[in-house]
Amino acid sequence: MKAGIVVFPGTNRERDMALALARVTGRRPDMLWHRDADLPPGLDLVVLAGGFSYGDYLRCGAMAARSPIMRAVRTHAARGGHVLGVCNGFQILCEAGMLPGALLRNASLRFLSMDCHMRVERADTPFTHRFQRGAVFRATMAHGDGNYFADAATLDRLEGEGLVALRYTTPDGQATEAANRNGAARGIAGILSPSLRVLGLMPHPENQVDPEIDGTDGLPLFESLAGSFAAAA
Amino acid sequence: MTADAPIPLDADRATQLAAEFGLKPEEYDRVLGILGRVPSLTELGLFSVMWSEHCSYKSSRVWLRELPTRAPWVIQGPGENAGVIDIGEGLAAVFKMESHNHPSFIEPYQGAATGVGGILRDVFTMGARPIANLNALRFGDPAVPRMQRIIDGVVRGIGGYGNCVGVPTVGGEVNFHPAFDGNPLVNAMTVGIARSDRIFTAAATGTGNPVVYVGSKTGRDGIHGATMASAEFSADSEEKRPTVQIGDPFAEKLLIEACLELMATDAIVAIQDMGAAGLTSSSVEMAGKGGMGIDLVLDAVPQRETGMTAYEMMLSESQERMLMILKPGREAAAEAIFTKWELDFAVIGRLTDTGRIVIRHRGAVEADIPLAPLESEAPLYRRPTAETPKQPVIDAAAVPDPLGITAALERLVACPDLCSRRWIWDQYDSMVGGQTARRPGAADAAVVRIEDHRRALAMTTDCTPRYCQADPEEGGRQAVAEAWRNLTAVGARPLAITDNMNFGNPEKPEIMGQFAAAVRGMASACLALDFPVVSGNVSLYNETEGRAILPTPAIGGVGVLEDVVQAVGLALPAGCDLVLVGETHGWLGQSLWLREVAGREEGAPPPVDLAAERRNGDFVRTRILAGEVRACHDCADGGLLVTVAEMAMAGGIGATLAAPPPGIPPHAWWFGEDQSRYVLALPDAAPLLAAARAAGVPALRLGRSGGGALVLPPGESISVGALSAAHEATLPALMMGD
Repeated sequence: MKAGIVVFPGTNRERDMALALARVTGRRPDMLWHRDADLPPGLDLVVLAGGFSYGDYLRCGAMAARSPIMRAVRTHAARGGHVLGVCNGFQILCEAGMLPGALLRNASLRFLSMDCHMRVERADTPFTHRFQRGAVFRATMAHGDGNYFADAATLDRLEGEGLVALRYTTPDGQATEAANRNGAARGIAGILSPSLRVLGLMPHPENQVDPEIDGTDGLPLFESLAGSFAAAA
Repeated sequence: MTADAPIPLDADRATQLAAEFGLKPEEYDRVLGILGRVPSLTELGLFSVMWSEHCSYKSSRVWLRELPTRAPWVIQGPGENAGVIDIGEGLAAVFKMESHNHPSFIEPYQGAATGVGGILRDVFTMGARPIANLNALRFGDPAVPRMQRIIDGVVRGIGGYGNCVGVPTVGGEVNFHPAFDGNPLVNAMTVGIARSDRIFTAAATGTGNPVVYVGSKTGRDGIHGATMASAEFSADSEEKRPTVQIGDPFAEKLLIEACLELMATDAIVAIQDMGAAGLTSSSVEMAGKGGMGIDLVLDAVPQRETGMTAYEMMLSESQERMLMILKPGREAAAEAIFTKWELDFAVIGRLTDTGRIVIRHRGAVEADIPLAPLESEAPLYRRPTAETPKQPVIDAAAVPDPLGITAALERLVACPDLCSRRWIWDQYDSMVGGQTARRPGAADAAVVRIEDHRRALAMTTDCTPRYCQADPEEGGRQAVAEAWRNLTAVGARPLAITDNMNFGNPEKPEIMGQFAAAVRGMASACLALDFPVVSGNVSLYNETEGRAILPTPAIGGVGVLEDVVQAVGLALPAGCDLVLVGETHGWLGQSLWLREVAGREEGAPPPVDLAAERRNGDFVRTRILAGEVRACHDCADGGLLVTVAEMAMAGGIGATLAAPPPGIPPHAWWFGEDQSRYVLALPDAAPLLAAARAAGVPALRLGRSGGGALVLPPGESISVGALSAAHEATLPALMMGD
């Protein structure tokens, strides 16, 4: 798998993401600069990593969504390329219109940095096929604006088309209000594009890939990706 | 007068302004002597900030010299932007702690945020990538709404800045005491990693070399911040809000990346951040340390506002700015990097061989001051000291137990000083970077692995202000010993400390006496534990309307683990023997049990026997590194039973405990705060107890883990779930109003 991580001014989890990708591919991904209008050739996966692009002084992700490289990312997706947006990256995908909905301020109005658990709602995607459907895994959450919002029709469509990839639950898989710390609509933690090739999620599975640091709960997501492209190659 | 020389102020006006700027009459006389004339406004501003307590350390320097600062692993001791120690494999740890107390009281969010920003710059200025932040906080009574607003603002400010720059906030400490009602303490610490052969310093060299300004633009914020930080508060302190700076963590993140990118080249001669007293202190210190002169042309300074005067630009404390001296001819390459990161870059002057700082603006000379006397004739005071009267040792047998053991435990784990800090750390990103192996609450010290290495750093902050109030020397000693102990408890080899000395008005002999005694105590522990001071910060005048804080020499300790997998946490596993290492007499003086349960805040604090400290700690570390120990936690606030309860709550596992030895009242055994002790959990105590006997280390089997309750003889029991519920409820309940 050839992966590239976009670095916007204020991106700050690109190193974490690079470590996670290197763990499953054996090589460091390319770092892509936000001002570049083109992606390097042959890229399988573009990652929009976490952070505070442009300080998030405007709506989170709004500035980054309009930067030159995003045109190339959109083209990449349109041509069948894969895109993973985590945290600020998810916000950018929504702001860019590549995924529906928006990420509002957490319901508590506080930054939330803690573990959460997510239930895998679909295990037949390039991002999740190494999980069992209904499996629950733990990940770090670190955001001020992770409260997923869309109108009821959009939410119904997402649910109906099976595009809700991940949902906040308790460790034993119950989608309770208490497990949904940021107040996301229908407990949604991550959604897919209709093509299943674009995934946006708020928590950080890239922080759970190393047994010496904080366990390997997030590793199957990266193994899924690596597996998808190994099979294709 | 021509434009070639500064225009002096009117003599009477200058005298009056000098007083307003905080210069004492005798200090102003020195200014007149150095210049041989009345200063200009810019010159007077420059002298007053450089000679402020905050920048000059004029009251504390004579005492700080007593602190040990050397060890074979110390690369850079106090005097630079941060301390530097060798941690092996060609790596250096760069760290410092700094206060932002006064600004945080006036404007909690921005005060705390810019405190984090400032200490980050001190560390990456030296060429290090920041890998962790910690913070030591002291607040007043958390039941008071005004204090809740301060707590909320400070926590949001620390999180808002640290989360955005992408440096994990991994540890720290919080105390509450009414003595901090009018003067909370916000001490921020940053730890960074650099190559040990690539450390950058501030000493400017090379006549003609360009002086370069990078980062954010200069505005009118923070003018005279250093002066404000060198005075007591009064009822009108709200009016000082304009002296507080505004932080921009996004600009800081860009500045980190741009500086580190430039530092990977060999373009930089010297670099210094613009912290307190901004452009003044950075330019004066860089030229002064290098024995150079410096010419600045302020027209070139990137400005956020129009019509700024030389005085305003020199005294502004706008954030996220750095001053660098570049090698000749490297300006274009350096500018390209800063332009790429969308930061300002401007050549604002040159180094000279005149030994003077000359400041020009709009064609006129605004200041012309010889640098050597600015430093050599800076005021230095050996202020009068008065010893803190000793308090009597409290006889535990003479203190009745009004509550019983389990009820006292439940109260203690829920009291503000011991309750869960989850509400705070849940607002700090502790994981960014992907190297945090032990996050807040998981171990006695945070453990962060170094990227691409097996090695990890352990870090902690410690101080027990109520001990320092009762006996500043014992308290100073204890603060250093506890930092050493917390690093030891995760298995790390303690290497060095940074200190953040928070005290009241040094012009009062009892306050200066506290300071001198605390330094004495700290120095004794540093020496005995091979734990030198490599950086530090002093914050004095922490008083509001004449009421001083508890003396708080906060210690930030750093240690190293050769392999991250050696680290142990404090969470109790099931099926383990519990072993207590260290001696227990049942010391109740200044204990939290005495305060929270008996309602008495008195007595001599527990003494630290430094020989026992070292012996016990070296023993514990050896056993941890041998891989025998599953969990370890030092006995600190609250005593032995609180230690065990904290381990039980972290692990969600109970324990059955043995009866206290005869001769010690049970409440003194369980809640006394005797020092130099650890509780260890391991599958079988016998080999460890034998090793302890052989090493002359006091150790006994305390009980065995398992079940869901703490069971105490003669059959009292309390569920771990109930303890956790009480422990977790306190801060959210207090802060719910926000």
